[in-house]
Amino acid sequence: MTFFGLVRIAVRAFSRHRLRALLTALGIIIGVGAFVTMVAIGRGASEKVNSQIASMGTNMLVVFGGSSNMGGARGGMGSSASSLTDSDADAIRTTCDTVKYAAPMINSQAQIVWNGSNWASSITGTTPEYLAIRSWNVQRGAFFGQRDVEAGNKVCVLGQTVVDQVFGGDDPIGQFIRVRTLSCQVLGVMARKGQNQMGQDQDDVVLMPLNTVRRKLFNMGGAAASSVSRILLSANSASDTKRASAQVEALLRQRHHTVEGDPEAPSVRDLTEFAEMAQETTRTMTLLLAGIAAVSLVVGGIGIMNIMLVSVTERTREIGIRMAVGAKGKHVLVQFLLEAILLTLAGGLVGMGLGTGAAKLFSDIMEWPTELGWQSYSIGFSFSMVVGVVFGFYPAWRASRLDPIEALRYE
Amino acid sequence: MVARERREAGAASGPTAVASSDALIVVRNFTKDYVMGDFTVNALRGVSLEIGRAEFVAVMGPSGSGKSTFMHLIGCLDRPTTGDYLIDGVNVASLDADERAEIRNNKIGFVFQGFNLLARTSALENVELPLAYAGVPTRERRERSEAALEAVGLSDRAGHLPNQLSGGQQQRVAIARALVSGAPLLLADEPTGNLDSKTSDEVMGILVRMNEERGITIVLVTHEMDIAEYASRVVVFRDGKIETDRLNQNRRRPAGMPPVAAVPVVQTKARA
Repeated sequence: MTFFGLVRIAVRAFSRHRLRALLTALGIIIGVGAFVTMVAIGRGASEKVNSQIASMGTNMLVVFGGSSNMGGARGGMGSSASSLTDSDADAIRTTCDTVKYAAPMINSQAQIVWNGSNWASSITGTTPEYLAIRSWNVQRGAFFGQRDVEAGNKVCVLGQTVVDQVFGGDDPIGQFIRVRTLSCQVLGVMARKGQNQMGQDQDDVVLMPLNTVRRKLFNMGGAAASSVSRILLSANSASDTKRASAQVEALLRQRHHTVEGDPEAPSVRDLTEFAEMAQETTRTMTLLLAGIAAVSLVVGGIGIMNIMLVSVTERTREIGIRMAVGAKGKHVLVQFLLEAILLTLAGGLVGMGLGTGAAKLFSDIMEWPTELGWQSYSIGFSFSMVVGVVFGFYPAWRASRLDPIEALRYE
Repeated sequence: MVARERREAGAASGPTAVASSDALIVVRNFTKDYVMGDFTVNALRGVSLEIGRAEFVAVMGPSGSGKSTFMHLIGCLDRPTTGDYLIDGVNVASLDADERAEIRNNKIGFVFQGFNLLARTSALENVELPLAYAGVPTRERRERSEAALEAVGLSDRAGHLPNQLSGGQQQRVAIARALVSGAPLLLADEPTGNLDSKTSDEVMGILVRMNEERGITIVLVTHEMDIAEYASRVVVFRDGKIETDRLNQNRRRPAGMPPVAAVPVVQTKARA
């Protein structure tokens, strides 16, 4: 009996009971379909999280100033008198070997005006290292240099949203915009970065040299002239972020004369922790969904076993005839096993098609990115195969063990 | 033809000394017990028999006489409780299920009362079945099956499904299936039980012709005397033993076939 011959016998058996074959395969169709859809959604989610994390920055840590406590009214992050300064950033850069870059920054909101149009945007004063930490590129023009930071030159670099809102189709490079009362020249435009995890538009920003913001825009003097609201850090590598965090915290406690747990002490946030948390969440979701799919595959497999047992009973006489003309146990075993496998494989293929459609539909309706990888197809395919083998074996084995005489006499 | 009365060969006579090498079937002291709860049914109580090549033997007996059990045993569908069985020189008693399947495949062809063709499978594919399990290449399988269908006069029905064929045609397909592997033994279990007398005569005609032209040994189980009369030897079972074993002097001839005297019948040694 050739393989092709066995396939023909199987197809003939199915075509005799089309509806039954379809209903039997339905469990597998749903199982594999659910699996493909769920994995696509899960992978889409994790891809989304990954790209958001990547857009945040490379191995990024953020140092916040401590919160003040004046007569019981706590002032929030960075309000402490012992707030961060430029020299904190310098100290971190020189003493912490796990830290690659340190960019002090100050944030504010301001109205921007150019040629009659205006737009309220976020103003970030920082240093050129900011680019490396956030792994952000200038799309056109140039970023400001260290010299601009020290001199407090009246220059700025715009995010895409600001360009769109203020300049429309005009070229902003070389133009002078007014930020509050300060007129400054546009040096460059940043590449588009999109939304961050909190849904904020990261492109709605005007980047300016740190000293320009502090001294020219807000006219700060005295101690405030060197204070910053936070310091962005980049660790040498992803595995260094925890050590870097501890190192920087220890250094700042020493510099600010605070103890561990003091609310007024500057704190370090490891953003990779958020990333890991988000990753963990999507991974849990993917596992959960895959688990549901696995359960439906098992249920589908039980359906296959049930129907194969019925089929073996119905075809007892056929088995008897085959045995009488010389079929060995293995011939009968392979025949029924192959039938079960073909049934589950066909179900698996249909399931993959439906799963792909469902994933596409889901991403269209819910505007949720889905990712269909060949892995989920090959896993779906092998799963349906394995289900066929596991749940088809017992009925096939029973068929192969039938007594030829009993089988021939069966009515 | 010499008419001779053969004495019954019961178990009581003990192991026989005969082991003639040219006999196709040698059965010694077959017993078969079925255990049913507390009871044991002795379906066969010691049967010894020898059937030569190209013999046409009718096995008769009332129901419960053990003739069907005997048929299953020599058809290698079942194993005896005790006793030895040689078919074509092979001792079958010691074979396992797969080896018995092989014997059924290449030494025995079956024809049943209920035809037992595979439904929704063409006549040609039904005939091909034994060759498929023997691993014969597709092309050769087709050629041999077509030849077998031609031998039973059904070449023009090769593509028909069993439910598109009459009873007689179905039984002829079954005969073609039994012949196709070139097996020396054809076992027919009430082959005309579901057929009218004219069709029965046609089917018996094919069996007689295969027996005489090809030298195929035929063992025919029947309870109809007029069917048994086509055979050259009649063995009657009763109560799990052979009651009589005789040569048939007045063989009935199928319609349109020359009388028996004109055909040289290969006769085997009679057992003493």
